[in-house]
Amino acid sequence: MNYHSPASFAEASALAANATGITRFLAGGTDVLVQLRSELVTPDTLIDIKKINGVHDITRNADGSWTLGVATTGAEMSEHPELGKDWPGVVEAMDLIGSTQVQGRATLTGNLCNGSPAADSVPAMVAAGVTVTVTGPDGMREVAVEDIPTGPGKTSLTKGEVVSAVNIPARGDNAGDAYLRFIPRTEMDIAVVGVGVDLRLDGDTITEARVALGAVAPTVLLVEDCAKAILGSTLDDAALDALAAAASAACNPIDDKRGTIEFRTEVAGVLAKRAAKIAYARAKGENA
Amino acid sequence: MSKLHVSTTVNGDAVEYLCDPRETLLDCLRDKLNLTGAKEGCGTGDCGACSVTVDGRLVCSCLMLGVEAEGKQIATVEGIAEGDVLHPLQQKMIEYAALQCGICTPGILVAAKSLLEKNPNPTEEETRYWLAGNLCRCTGYDKIIRAVMDTAAELREAS
Repeated sequence: MNYHSPASFAEASALAANATGITRFLAGGTDVLVQLRSELVTPDTLIDIKKINGVHDITRNADGSWTLGVATTGAEMSEHPELGKDWPGVVEAMDLIGSTQVQGRATLTGNLCNGSPAADSVPAMVAAGVTVTVTGPDGMREVAVEDIPTGPGKTSLTKGEVVSAVNIPARGDNAGDAYLRFIPRTEMDIAVVGVGVDLRLDGDTITEARVALGAVAPTVLLVEDCAKAILGSTLDDAALDALAAAASAACNPIDDKRGTIEFRTEVAGVLAKRAAKIAYARAKGENA
Repeated sequence: MSKLHVSTTVNGDAVEYLCDPRETLLDCLRDKLNLTGAKEGCGTGDCGACSVTVDGRLVCSCLMLGVEAEGKQIATVEGIAEGDVLHPLQQKMIEYAALQCGICTPGILVAAKSLLEKNPNPTEEETRYWLAGNLCRCTGYDKIIRAVMDTAAELREAS
């Protein structure tokens, strides 16, 4: 295995573009090293992006949007005094991953590029409308988070492409997000179902909605029918029931030891309702 | 590729080693620097027995490559006592009999020290959450938590 620690994303991209065999980028390493040690994936080329300037930076831009360096850890996100006020759902979703030790290394970008359908941060990012900047041999492009995973362990990134920044939109007024997951234990487990919700209100009425489901299909899903179920409503019981039905209808889960198809499908509806209530309360400026 | 040369700082001492890029920081600490306090329990970041701090941040040394330590400040359990004088956390762990087989203890000490540096007055809940990534199969955790809470109280009184 060849180890590289390039000084720029252009250099990282060129290294990957010219590499043969299996290439992996190393951010926090909490998935890459586990796969390496268990001999699931032994990269021929390992490209550590943590020596690139700015990869740990959390920046609020002039328009209120946020740019996160790709090696920003969960702990750094949770400790940031402002990020969690704008995007509590995204920060809480990341914070659910692993122990204190894992939080010291794990990153949003790694969670996304690992390609797990059960990745906790991904539904929250999809709901929030997060995009990533991808640097490749042909330059840079901006890609919606929901367009990155293509199946378990697979992404749409092509040879030589590397995620070089995470872009979180400006929060704006009267809006809130939330992420909830179901696990069989109380902490530190893999989601059986995850739901991210982001809402904007005009008075009591929902004017914008994004709902994303995790662990119920080969990729995280952005479910437009869920958004339609609650748009224009005040999140009354009828809207909540329609939301739950749309969430369950979108599920295409696997049966495994952590949850059956039937269970995951029902829980997706329940969690969608609960997450929507939290996002709604946050959009109203209430603590939730 | 031949081995890579790494210069880093461990417990305040400048050290160097040569490592294969596949070797973890834990491998390097144990096999090259003879710092065998950090233990390999699971090797997958679940058990916390290999806990160290890197630039002050608590991590599993099994989930970090040895080459990534270049230029970093590493702290291990070997640096917690000052010579023969045990750290208050170590004293309390003995006093409370908060260990049996001892495999998890170095990781618990490093993690608990990291907690108290960040938060000198943690609640029991905060302490249990912070240490949730340090598995102990012997004690049932209660004595460990009581030892950490008592150390925190003692350190607050002393400061």
